[in-house]
Amino acid sequence: MEYFIQQLVNGITLGSIYGLIAIGYTMVYGIIGMINFAHGDIFMIGAFVALISFIIFGLTGVALPVILLLVLLIAMLFTACYGWTVEKLAYKPLRGSFRLAPLISALGMSIVLQNYVQVAQGARVKPMQPLISGGLEFFKGSEFVVTVSYLQIFIVVLTIILMGIFTYLITKTDLGRAQRACEQDRTMTALLGINVDRTISITFIIGSSLASVAGMMFVLYYGVIDFYIGFLAGIKAFTAAVLGGIGSLPGAMLGGLLIGLIETFWAGYVSLEYKDVAAFSVLIVVLIFFPTGFLGKPDIEKV
Amino acid sequence: MEKKDIIQSFKDSLFTGLIALALFGPIVGLRTASKGEGLFITPQWGIVFLLVGLCILGRFLINLNSARKTEITFFSKFTSKFSAITEDKAKHFAITAILFAVVFPFLPFTDRYFMDVAIMILTYIMLGWGLNIVVGLAGLLDLGYVAFYAVGAYSYALIATTFGWSFWICLPLAGVFAAFFGILLGFPVLRLRGDYLAIVTLGFGEIIRIILINWYEVTNGPDGITGIPRPSFFGLPFKRSPDEGETSFHLFFNLEYSTMHRIIFLYYLILVLALITNYFTLKIRKLPVGRAWEALREDEIACKSLGVNPTNTKLTAFAIGAMFGGFAGSFFATRQAFISPESFTFIESAIIVAIVVLGGMGSQTGVVLASIFLIGITEMFRDLEQYRMIAFGGAMVLIMVFKPKGILANRKPTILMHGDKK
Repeated sequence: MEYFIQQLVNGITLGSIYGLIAIGYTMVYGIIGMINFAHGDIFMIGAFVALISFIIFGLTGVALPVILLLVLLIAMLFTACYGWTVEKLAYKPLRGSFRLAPLISALGMSIVLQNYVQVAQGARVKPMQPLISGGLEFFKGSEFVVTVSYLQIFIVVLTIILMGIFTYLITKTDLGRAQRACEQDRTMTALLGINVDRTISITFIIGSSLASVAGMMFVLYYGVIDFYIGFLAGIKAFTAAVLGGIGSLPGAMLGGLLIGLIETFWAGYVSLEYKDVAAFSVLIVVLIFFPTGFLGKPDIEKV
Repeated sequence: MEKKDIIQSFKDSLFTGLIALALFGPIVGLRTASKGEGLFITPQWGIVFLLVGLCILGRFLINLNSARKTEITFFSKFTSKFSAITEDKAKHFAITAILFAVVFPFLPFTDRYFMDVAIMILTYIMLGWGLNIVVGLAGLLDLGYVAFYAVGAYSYALIATTFGWSFWICLPLAGVFAAFFGILLGFPVLRLRGDYLAIVTLGFGEIIRIILINWYEVTNGPDGITGIPRPSFFGLPFKRSPDEGETSFHLFFNLEYSTMHRIIFLYYLILVLALITNYFTLKIRKLPVGRAWEALREDEIACKSLGVNPTNTKLTAFAIGAMFGGFAGSFFATRQAFISPESFTFIESAIIVAIVVLGGMGSQTGVVLASIFLIGITEMFRDLEQYRMIAFGGAMVLIMVFKPKGILANRKPTILMHGDKK
């Protein structure tokens, strides 16, 4: 039982990270109907920016909460630039082109970003000393002590805060309204005087910022990153987005949590080696039985 | 041009520079390096300023150019030359190319390195043609094609090392195994729409790779399989000193022993395999099942209403595509004599898909051109090991942006209702 609770806690933490990346996939898919394959690499760049800023601020000796806040903002800012540029360079010229073109372009962009970071930062893994240590212990009397580290609490709380801000942004502001309108009908939205290009750019900026936060959490949680982390994390986050129903924002978060839990429980109870297989198998099974995901809208094909 | 325009484009370029600074500043400018315990930052501001300067200059020139209402003609000129290749010309090109390929090993400048590159290009051409059946004809985006390549390679390696059967028995078996895996994957997922299918096939490719790494008892894990038998020339091995009671190739034909014999044989082997793939595709396009693939690619709902069974049609495309992937895989195994999961990563799938799409989906000649172009690029940048994948990815993006239909766009259906509209 204690072991189960421990896995649950770990799973929720991991799921928060996946969920934040998944939002970027689902938003972009919702608005322009393409799989932004480079999103996983945007997440990786976010992790690198966070790592670099942690090292720089680590030398200055500022208090920890200030460092966390500063790194968060810096990572969001710089990573958003990447998201914006990728959209402008690789996707915008292809709008209205045939369906596979943006996907191939995204694939190329993903290869470019990965190798660019490899060249710029070196291929070696980058370890970082843990910044937030310690935690709360439960079930002290029993055989298995459940530990909820402060870092895990930080990650989950930060995710909840960001989700709150994000939900407000999408449901209550003009920006969110424009964004949702673009999802429904881009031509009509343009006719009503909304700058569609700008809205799409902002979608990419929001998606990239959330991915960069996930990247920062990844650095803190695992303490080790390399230029290749974006691939697997990206695929799993996409799986999460599909699982929750692509295009649905609460679905992305739910899917992220589920993928995090499935992976952790699989690693804890079944086999550690095949934990990545778990995510992919779940993806295949879900797509067979719920082709639109759990919270997705049914996709009606019109002749 | 007015002064206002110049000032405007100058401002725009400065903005580009600002963005470039934000992009390159942290990632390029602050290089992390481990020194003893922990990481330290090594600043590299020189490169950053160089890159930012290039971005500003480039943007400024593009702005000036577009203000003068002239497009960048270089690229469109370059690609329009290829577009001029019509089907008739393509036929001439094909015959010339095949003739060239046949005499290639005996040309004076051909050395070992050229042969190796040629064999590699031909392997990718064969994979491209195999995948073209799935992507180009049936319109199903398969991002896990390398899985079938891996299945073919491992089936060949395992059968050949365990039972000691010859290449010519193992080759069809490997194809059958790969086709079986194609059907295995195809059954559940073919109901999915394009993008979903792409991700699921990608996942399948990763599953196969993870199994290859972890199923230590059978696949020997990350260490791979060594000592895979080399192919023999109809029973004559390519060995300097053959075993007892065996005649080797050079002894039988009274030739001086040379390692090139084996290379040349491998070259012709893959050439023949690739040409068989091509011939098969060209023929099957004219059969009902081939027609059904193309019809399905154009409009699935119309197909359903006309009584074409989409699942079976897609399954055959998947199985046949996978089979050719399996053939290519067993060739790869016998050529390398060593395989490990390292060779079957996602990037391989991406390269093969890129070849098919950049070549112009459905175009057989396009696959040849794209393979030569892409593999050639990566070979040219071989000395700049780290930069070649950047060039490769960049080429993918650029070709998609400037020529989204590929080098040779050939989505023309093989048959038209009212004859050839010209």
